Amino acid sequence: MEAKADKMLDCTGLLCPMPVVKTKKAMNDLEVGQVLEMIATDPGSIPDMEAWAKQTQHELLVAEELDGGKFRFLIRKTH
Amino acid sequence: MAQENGKRRLAMIASKGTLDWAYPPFILGSAAASMDWEVAIFFTFYGLPLLRKKLDAAVSPVGNPAMPMKMPFGPKAFQKINWPIPNLLTSNLPGFESVATSLMKQTFKNKGVPSIEQLREACVDLEVRMIGCQMTMDVFGFTKEEFIDECEIGGAATFLEYAADADVTLFI
Repeated sequence: MEAKADKMLDCTGLLCPMPVVKTKKAMNDLEVGQVLEMIATDPGSIPDMEAWAKQTQHELLVAEELDGGKFRFLIRKTH
Repeated sequence: MAQENGKRRLAMIASKGTLDWAYPPFILGSAAASMDWEVAIFFTFYGLPLLRKKLDAAVSPVGNPAMPMKMPFGPKAFQKINWPIPNLLTSNLPGFESVATSLMKQTFKNKGVPSIEQLREACVDLEVRMIGCQMTMDVFGFTKEEFIDECEIGGAATFLEYAADADVTLFI
């Protein structure tokens, strides 16, 4: 079963590096274990979010392409 | 490699002050800081004005022969045209640089690229260290008061001492 998001972040219409910058800021407002849902339209956001999660060691639960050129991410704060 | 605090470190030199070249250090700086890296940018020579409170970075097609010349308005097919404007015109037509600058700013805005001001603000928020070059200040006659409060002033040794332990070092 998919994790439930505790906070939503809309990054549609934003290009690199803003989805990553805004995700980082949004994570600051979460408690450890909570999940952020982020929606982006930046075509580079899947590889970028994978790299971001690897570097920050937060857990990328979902990285998927939706219809209409959107991308959806679920990230669990680990520390 | 990582620092004692477990963080990776990025050390950059920003040596160019045109609008196009202002982007890479601020993009990479904010992205790296968002990935929990330590970041410092050393602003030197023509890069130093990027620390001024009021930014006025412009772009010039002169010396950038591969710069796409596209219009940020009109139908899609029109926006796709790469206008074959000869160098002779771009370098001699008065006002062409300000036209090119506003076209580029509009294109970036339309596509969702943040402004240099926004990126620099993100860097400040993310505690990117910004170091202005003392020597360049003296040569071009800048004072610390002209620069944003968040920057510090230093020289080559300051940067090198920081860069010695960096994981990634870039000269831009």
